[in-house]
Amino acid sequence: MDILYNILIDPFVQMGSAPDFFLQVLWSGFVAGTLYSLIALGFVLIFKASGVFNFAQGIMVVFAALTLVGLYQAGVPAWAALFLTVGAMFVLAWLVERIVLRNLVNQEEIILFMATIGLNYFLIGFGEYVFGGEPKSMIAAERGLPTGSTTFEPFDGILIIEHLDVAAVIMAIILVTALAVFFNKTRIGRALRAVADDHQAALSVGISLNQIWVIVWFAAGIVALATGIMWGAKSDVSFALQIVALKALPVLIIGGFTSIPGAIIGGLVIGFGEKLFEIYWGGLLGSGVEGWFAYVIALIFLLFRPHGLFGEKIIERI
Amino acid sequence: MFYREVGQFKTNYSSDSQVFPILQDKIGILAMLIVAFVFVPMFGSEFFLNSIMIPFLIFTLATIGLNILVGYTGQLSLGTGAFMGVGAYSCYKLATIFPDVNIIIMVLLSGFFSAGVGILFGLPSLRIKGFYLLVSTLAAQFFLEWCFIRVEWLYNYNDSGAIDSLQRSAFGYIVSGGAASSVAQYFVVLSIVVVMTWVASNIIRGRIGRSWMMIRDMDIAAELMGVRPLYAKLSAFAVSSFYCGVAGALMVFFWLGSAEVESFDINHSFLFLFMAIIGGLGSLMGCYMGAAFIWILPIIIRALPDALGLDINAATVEHINFMMIGAMIIFFLIVEPHGLARLWQIAKEKLRTWPFPYS
Repeated sequence: MDILYNILIDPFVQMGSAPDFFLQVLWSGFVAGTLYSLIALGFVLIFKASGVFNFAQGIMVVFAALTLVGLYQAGVPAWAALFLTVGAMFVLAWLVERIVLRNLVNQEEIILFMATIGLNYFLIGFGEYVFGGEPKSMIAAERGLPTGSTTFEPFDGILIIEHLDVAAVIMAIILVTALAVFFNKTRIGRALRAVADDHQAALSVGISLNQIWVIVWFAAGIVALATGIMWGAKSDVSFALQIVALKALPVLIIGGFTSIPGAIIGGLVIGFGEKLFEIYWGGLLGSGVEGWFAYVIALIFLLFRPHGLFGEKIIERI
Repeated sequence: MFYREVGQFKTNYSSDSQVFPILQDKIGILAMLIVAFVFVPMFGSEFFLNSIMIPFLIFTLATIGLNILVGYTGQLSLGTGAFMGVGAYSCYKLATIFPDVNIIIMVLLSGFFSAGVGILFGLPSLRIKGFYLLVSTLAAQFFLEWCFIRVEWLYNYNDSGAIDSLQRSAFGYIVSGGAASSVAQYFVVLSIVVVMTWVASNIIRGRIGRSWMMIRDMDIAAELMGVRPLYAKLSAFAVSSFYCGVAGALMVFFWLGSAEVESFDINHSFLFLFMAIIGGLGSLMGCYMGAAFIWILPIIIRALPDALGLDINAATVEHINFMMIGAMIIFFLIVEPHGLARLWQIAKEKLRTWPFPYS
């Protein structure tokens, strides 16, 4: 009975008795969720347009952030470093298309997936070779990111909201809106959707697949850069970030691989679920449940909806 | 000229379906076994046995396990490291609870624990496929890693949180622990790996293996033809995890001597996936080649600067190593998506018609 009480009743009693702390937990879950969504967004972009499950998205986040910080440390002014990093992401996208994707046209999904794992390893080695392996701090203040925090006092308690987190959320909203407009209203966006729908049909109406791939990987690179800046400002820029990037997988699973709104909702579900479980139920199991809980949430979702919440139903034929 | 089946007639079905139907192949395998069992322990140095051969064989075994799942059954897995961990920790517990039993029996028994865990985490595969399945194996990976830290009973409540290889003997020889000679350990590992490869090749050729491959090629069609996905998929998870578990137990008791949770982390899962891909998915020969390639190439790269008299610091070599492995994977996927095993097969085809390719 004691265990049942601890699982079913006690956490809610705690939530009720300290609503300010509960709000704080919710807020941190929300922020974590938006950042997960950002990483997942990069995956979705590439998966939609080329059917490649881009495992290297996580390392692209690290790589973009490292390039930015590395350039800044090398003496480049902050605004120029940003432009140069965007340029570097374009070069990366172009090289990936030229060297990897173009040669792997028409291969099975699993082969393309493996290729991105290879890319992942290459970028780890290359990044460490160029920028060194030690963690770096993100140039948050120079980037114009706010660093202070505001304290609210709801329910006679305190709720601390860091400005950086607010900035992260606003940035995520802007990025998602921009992508949505880009996908739905522009000529290139239409081409991207056409490619996502059917490669061959898109080719036959004169859309260049190679060009589209460069654009998509570049867009994913920009998303990676934004994610890298925000993650980097919250913690240091290091290669440990790529483990965080693996968290994008359950996010994608919940949302479905092909849906941008799905990525956002999935991110929020994981963010909230993880933080709440860690704080209120984690104590029963010993700490550190954050490491695997996201995957368990995703598994539970999958058992009921095998293609995620918003994923396209795949109709299989013999 | 030397390698062709001309004149080797098959007069019954069993001779037609043997593992090595061609005489030259039989001779080749025999020669390799003789080298492995006689010459390597005779002439191999301590370093060669301990740092190259034993890990190579253990990794081969884990790669075979992974290949059964990914290459033969088509279920993508990133949980190899954790399944090896299950084997290692259960072997450790078994060896502490029953100190007098032959350690080899314990190693094999621990595979069954791993198989059980594998079946448990394989259950979602009945409902989800492809990349969606990755999340199930990743859940296994991270959850089990967490267990290896949090459940102190698993490492006998010691302070370091590591499991140490205990001194145990088999057939009158000390084979594990600090006092064991590397030749004895090599023989144990080699024998287990050779026997288990042989068993795997027969499982794969048999009814179970063929049902795995049917599931891989098209699961719906396989189901219509009478393959039960429940049995086929779960048996693949079980056999695969059994192999990984045995490899994990071997790794702790016959190679590392002491292991923490880091020895079973996600990076190792990736490593085995690379070995399986580079060697060739769906090929046992490929497992050996992939393991050799991924394990021995970095050793050569590390030794190269010294041999050439270049002064490069160790960190740089490590980074170059990463880049090389990444570039190699992409290169192989572009040139030959079916891995080293396929290259070997092409070479054999060429050899068969040499020197008259059009005859």
